Amino acid sequence: MNNATRPNSGLDGFASNEERTQHIASTLKRRRSKETRFRFMGILAVALSIGLVGILFGSILAKGIPSFWQATFVLDVDFSPELVKLESPKPVKEPNESPARYEERVNEWANQLNFINWNKLLLESVAKVLPESTENPRAVLEMFASSTRFDLRNMVIENPDIIGKTERLDLVASANVDVWIKGNIDRSLPDNQQQISADARKWADQLYAEGVIENMFSTVLFTNSDSRSSPATAGLLGAFVGSLMMMVVVILLAVPVGVAAAVYLEEFAPQNKFTDFIEVNINNLAAVPSIVFGLLGASVFIIMLNLPMSAPVVGGLVLSLMTLPTVIIATRASLKAIPPSIREGALALGASRVQAITDHVLPLARPGILTATIIGVAQALGETAPLLLIGMSAFVANVPSTPLDPSTALPVQIFLWNGNELRNFFEGRTSAAIIVLLVLMLTLNSLAIWLRKKFEIRW
Amino acid sequence: MMTEATQQNAAEIKPKEVGTTPVKITARDVKVFYGDKEALHGVSMDIHEREIVAFIGPSGCGKSTFLRCMNRMNDTVPSAKVTGKIHLGATDIYDPSIDVVLLRAQVGMVFQKPNPFPKSIYENIAYGPRLHGLAKAKTDLDGIVESSLKRAGLWEEVKDRLDAPGTGLSGGQQQRLCIARAIAVSPEVILMDEPCSALDPISTAHVENLMLELKEQYTIVIVTHNMQQAARVADRTAFFHLGDLIEMNETSQLFVKPQEKRTEDYVTGRFG
Repeated sequence: MNNATRPNSGLDGFASNEERTQHIASTLKRRRSKETRFRFMGILAVALSIGLVGILFGSILAKGIPSFWQATFVLDVDFSPELVKLESPKPVKEPNESPARYEERVNEWANQLNFINWNKLLLESVAKVLPESTENPRAVLEMFASSTRFDLRNMVIENPDIIGKTERLDLVASANVDVWIKGNIDRSLPDNQQQISADARKWADQLYAEGVIENMFSTVLFTNSDSRSSPATAGLLGAFVGSLMMMVVVILLAVPVGVAAAVYLEEFAPQNKFTDFIEVNINNLAAVPSIVFGLLGASVFIIMLNLPMSAPVVGGLVLSLMTLPTVIIATRASLKAIPPSIREGALALGASRVQAITDHVLPLARPGILTATIIGVAQALGETAPLLLIGMSAFVANVPSTPLDPSTALPVQIFLWNGNELRNFFEGRTSAAIIVLLVLMLTLNSLAIWLRKKFEIRW
Repeated sequence: MMTEATQQNAAEIKPKEVGTTPVKITARDVKVFYGDKEALHGVSMDIHEREIVAFIGPSGCGKSTFLRCMNRMNDTVPSAKVTGKIHLGATDIYDPSIDVVLLRAQVGMVFQKPNPFPKSIYENIAYGPRLHGLAKAKTDLDGIVESSLKRAGLWEEVKDRLDAPGTGLSGGQQQRLCIARAIAVSPEVILMDEPCSALDPISTAHVENLMLELKEQYTIVIVTHNMQQAARVADRTAFFHLGDLIEMNETSQLFVKPQEKRTEDYVTGRFG
């Protein structure tokens, strides 16, 4: 276009203002459709992610929620003196006796109870509601969780006065009965592929119809530890306590160290190659796969420092190392977000740098630091891989009483149950454990939001 | 004596006794470097007790930099380096044995943007005295808070809500709160870095009147972009340009009969 021959209405090559306006108008349609396409893709992405999360939660809830209820016998059990014979009364605690000595005497006394046929108690009480069951006692015992006889024994140890009385008890049915009643196994399978005998299946249905077997809320899930011999009474308590102990270790270790490191790096450290190097490495550490921290924990804490295997204290140490970079990075970010005018204001009044930070900067950064901490802890709580390497995937049937006792953790318990060979039963149990873990996480995150709101100071 | 002088020179433009009070701050050949860049090329000046000195000049001329040298706020900038000598009274403030905390208790500062702490009005004022242990009892502290707020002309407006957050005040009130906070530690010098640039004209007038009152007791150094403001409040004015102190004189002289061409161009609005 030649400016000399063509009249211009502006700086561009258009002859008139109308022509330019027309040209701009002609591009509008294309621009609008681009915008529409972009919005549509955004909505699609959001819908897709919500859909996927929905499927995930839906399947977990669908499988897990029924597992919070479990087939349970409601039976009158007669502790008849003929069956439960006691040769001596339960020892009484003497005034100046140590608890350990008393426990020893009780255990000695309780030994005689091991020779009592507790199964007979169960058979008799089932026979009262189902007379034909006497023909096949094996099938009756199949229907009860195998730990039931120990539960009965423990009741007598706890309270010997129960002998001679008839008690209405809730007794957990075996895992196979639970699976059968809930329809988690194909009922048309031939006899040799079913887990329990034909009699047991028939009676289970019959008793369920009569209301002797009920689908009751499963308290054992929360009061028992893992169990292999009695899967029906396997619970989460041991793993829950183990996770709790690790969280305490993480909070006690990662938070003070992380916040102190962040404050030093952000507020005091000189800007040089060395601090740059540290900063880069902290960022790198946050990206290190968690299983590497497990290897580190195994070789440093267990092999070099001789700390016990499978112990929550080691798990907590490993998870602290893993959480530290998160806490440091997030704390630094929240310190950076505090306007420098606040620091200057304090410094200009004659506050030292530490005073300016402790009096003004840290209180303002507190919501950010708290959120960072809780998110870090929640992340640690859900971590499985490093714990496998320090032996926390071992089968532990006890509730740890100190952080040095062997224990598992909630995510590891999920991993273990997911691999259990009694699939029909543990699929539901696994989902139930996932729900418990998710609820715990959700609680932590809500706590983070609540704390943030509570401590937020506007300026 | 003051009134006599005022009456005597009433006809003249700005009658002020300049340089009659003892010297408070002496600066000799002060240079400031940010990294390799020299931001201030050797500034020397004397500032007297109980006078208001204004620094004017275009953006980036080094006036704020020089102001921040006087309470060593430049220390907080990692790359900044200051050479030359600044004395507060007889003390060399850049002497390594000087504690910067002590210096800043003597030389207070008010910033461009009001920066009250996100705490109550009372806590804002009480923070400084508490830091330095200036109040022995709660009643002493209450007294300091009250007299600081009174002196800053804010007492009547906030006396019923000392527990309210300082950040909830209006911009002008916030700036007066910051001035009250600065005088609560009874400094000898108050540095003000464009204290009115974020304020409306009425709040500005408030702060200017306040400066004129505070002058009775304090030495005030103010950086301003507003030449009328300098003309209204300052006894003497210094003109900075590109890191040099071009000219420093009685305010009336500087505006009416500038000695330097660059000063004349600036004050008459030909650049800047």
